[in-house]
This record gives sequence, structure tokens and C-alpha cells, in this order.
Amino acid sequence: MALEKHRNILDYTLQSLLKRKLKNIGIIMVFTLVIFTASSVIFLSYSLRQEARLLLKDSPEIIVQKMRAGRHELISTLIMTEIGQIPGVSGVEPRYWGYYYDSGVKANYTILGIGASGTEKNRVLSGRMPSRHEKNIAAIGRGIAEARVIKKDLGSVLYLQAADGKWMNFNITGVFESDSEIMTADLIVISEDDFKTLVGMPDDAATDLAVHVSNEAETPTIAKKIKERFPDSRPILRDEIIRTYDAVFGWRSGLIIALFMGALIAFIILAWDKATGLSAEEKQEIGILKAIGWETSDVLEMKFWEGLVISLASFMCGIILAYIHIFFTGASLLAPALKGWSVIYPEFRLTPFIDFYQIAILMSLTIVPYIASTIIPSWKASITDPDTVMRG
Amino acid sequence: MRKSGVFFSFIGINLAIIAILCIISLIAVSEHNIASKDISKIVKVLQLTDMVLATDARYTRNPSQADLFSAFQDYPGSIEHFPTGSVIPPPDMNSLEKLIEIKANGS
Repeated sequence: MALEKHRNILDYTLQSLLKRKLKNIGIIMVFTLVIFTASSVIFLSYSLRQEARLLLKDSPEIIVQKMRAGRHELISTLIMTEIGQIPGVSGVEPRYWGYYYDSGVKANYTILGIGASGTEKNRVLSGRMPSRHEKNIAAIGRGIAEARVIKKDLGSVLYLQAADGKWMNFNITGVFESDSEIMTADLIVISEDDFKTLVGMPDDAATDLAVHVSNEAETPTIAKKIKERFPDSRPILRDEIIRTYDAVFGWRSGLIIALFMGALIAFIILAWDKATGLSAEEKQEIGILKAIGWETSDVLEMKFWEGLVISLASFMCGIILAYIHIFFTGASLLAPALKGWSVIYPEFRLTPFIDFYQIAILMSLTIVPYIASTIIPSWKASITDPDTVMRG
Repeated sequence: MRKSGVFFSFIGINLAIIAILCIISLIAVSEHNIASKDISKIVKVLQLTDMVLATDARYTRNPSQADLFSAFQDYPGSIEHFPTGSVIPPPDMNSLEKLIEIKANGS
């Protein structure tokens, strides 16, 4: 019987909401949009952050760069032996990489010179990568193939202009599959020898050094020792690399501030408008209900249902739409902000990592204040004499 | 059907959709863990340090490798040139461990 009473009040609430159909549909649409924007940002940033953590955990423990006049410069490979002698260092390898601006398609490529082995039977690479001294062979990312309108089949040729102005041609023996696009879309992997010819790099230089450490706990100490021995160097720890991505997609990043805060302010305006007062029509309704014998608690329950119906329906629709937007349509509305002026960019195929904690926070930050802002002004009206309320 | 019945059905349908999406997520994450092993292998072999999020500037392509002045491409305080510069912030300057105070003459 008690349950039936609550249900009757809910029936009345829904009837009352339908009376002001246009206004309430408007509120639900705005509320849904706010939740959609906020949760899209939460889904996107958390998913990218998790992806970065998962994929970058295998990047080198320390990268040593040489700095000159505050800028990154080529590092001498002659210091590798000295770094290798630091206790705890298990290996030092030169990294050869740089950027190549293709004026034809106005795109930046990332060129890697490496003798790579150990990628046989890798599902994200069709074909193979060049070996250390193999000439005129390249493995490319999907983005390059699309930008240069190269046939994605193996065996096509890629032409790049070397530092001395001569054109170098590379037979494509490998293409990184779309699953790995987020790490490989703009990569051109060529041999170490070809890289040096292409960019005109001296034999005893490298872009930077990758230092491998046997015990990860010792990494900061080793980085400190490298910095002491080579004051013009800049060691970058793997933790810092991962932290960079936490910052890019973290709470204080531009993306979050711009979108999330905008949505939050819109919601605050919506809730504030509700909380600051009832319309004359709503006050009259409360007065009539009181006059025909409704208790204050019944009026408050009706208002509770009103807040819950609107906020819960909007929250659920917003969350579902945000999920579809981020994980089914590849963040089609947010991705342009991340792409900027990039010509080559990965197609976002995000893995749906979901942080239920953040969703719960979003829920408590939106549903609870909205219900409160619906109940409080009604409570004020419902404790006043019905006659006074009806007269306004 | 009573209006409350319609409302409960609506909430029920939404909950069912959310539950299905959660199941899809769990399956996708477990499948991704298998694929990510191959990608991680590529990351290890090629010694990659950054994700390809934006390729318009060197400091947005490799934010973790960018030099400390990367946010000011040409001179300190220069206006941001690339739109992605507002999404991908400059590197953490805390490692500088030094406060640089610039004072105007006579102050």
C-alpha cells in the first residue's frame, strides 16, 4: 500500500512534467548535452591515458639527450661506453630519429633509423622491417601510405629527398597495421645507414641515447649520475614520459579545462536557475496540492521524483551517447581538437577503458545538486500557508 | 500502461543498454590486451617514446622529448602557433629547479 502511494505520487509528477512538456524537454536536452560533453571528455582522456600507460611501459628506461643553448642537439656516440660503465646500466643504444617535412603533402613524418629484429610474426606489421645495414628498404605507417597515396601493398616505392638534395628511393617491405596506428601512423622505419645518408648525420653521432637499466628502482640514481658526468645532457625517465601523457589528458590539461569546465558551468547555471526560485505556476500548483490535503512530505516527495526523473533520464542518455561517440564513432567530435593542423593522424580506435570512479563522481556532481536545487525552493513554498502561496 | 510504468521501463532499457556496453568494454579490453602485446613489442624494438596524437609540430608529436623551450617555439613568451598547442601543454618545468625572475628596470 505504501509503495502504491509512492507510485501514485510518481504518476502525478510525470503528469505534471508533461503539462510543461516544452520546458522540461528543453531541460532534459541541455542536461543530456552537459553530461554527454563531460563524460565524452572523461571517456576519451581516461582511455588515452590507459593506452599510454599500457603501450609506453616498454619504452626505454632512460633517454639521454644533449642540450645546447636550451635546444636538443645530436649526441656523440663516443660517450656510450662511459655511460655503460655506470653501475646498474645494462645497455646503451643510440637512437636515430628525426622529422621529415614533406612539402608535397604538407605533412611531417617521423623517420626512424634502426636495425630492427625480433618483430617476426608480429600481427601489427605486415611484411618486415629493414635490418641494420640494409639499403633502400622501408617499413611505413598507415598514415604515410594514405598521405602519399601509396598503394598499401608491399613492394611500392617511397621517394625522400636527402640532405644533399639527392632523391633516395625506398622499397616498402613492411606496413604497420591499423591496430598500431596510435604508435606508428607517421613512422618511416629505414636502416641506420640510410638514415645517416638521408639526414646527413656524422658517423659518431646519434639523435639521443637509450639507456637500459637492470633494476628499475635505480633509474633516478643512474639519471642523476649521467647528469653529473655530462652536465649538458638531459636524461628523460620512462616515468616522466608516462607522466607527460597523464598531464596531457589529466585534470588540468587544455582539453579538459576547455570542455569539461564549459559543461560544468552550463550545469551550474541550469541548477542555479532552478534553485533561485519557482515559477508562479509551480507555486500555485504547490498551494493547490496543500489546500486539497497533501502533506509537506508528499510535496517534497513529488519534487524529489521530479528532480530524479529529469536528472536520471538525462544522465543515462548522456552517458550512453558519450560512449557511442567516443568508442563507436572514434571521438568524431573531439578528435579534430587533437588533430589540430596535423596532416597525418591516427584514426582513433579507442579501447573502452572505463573509470567507474570518475563516472560515479560525475553522477554525484550532477544528479544530487539537481535534485537538491529542485527540492529546496519547493520546500520553502510548501511550508508556507497555501493561501499565501496561491496568491503569489 | 501507467506513466510510472513507462518511466520504469525507460530506466530499465537504459540500464540494460549500459550493462551491454559494460560487457562490450570488458570484452574489448581483454582482446586489446592481446593486441597490445604486439604493439608493445614494436615499441620496445623501435624504442618509441610517444603516441602519434598530433603531427603538426615536433613538440606535439613527441611531447615527452620536446625541449624545455618548446612551448615558445621562437622566443620565450611567443604566442602559440599550433592549435594543438592548447591541447598538449608544454613539458613540466619543475625539473629546472630554479626560479628565474625577470624584473623591469628600476623596480
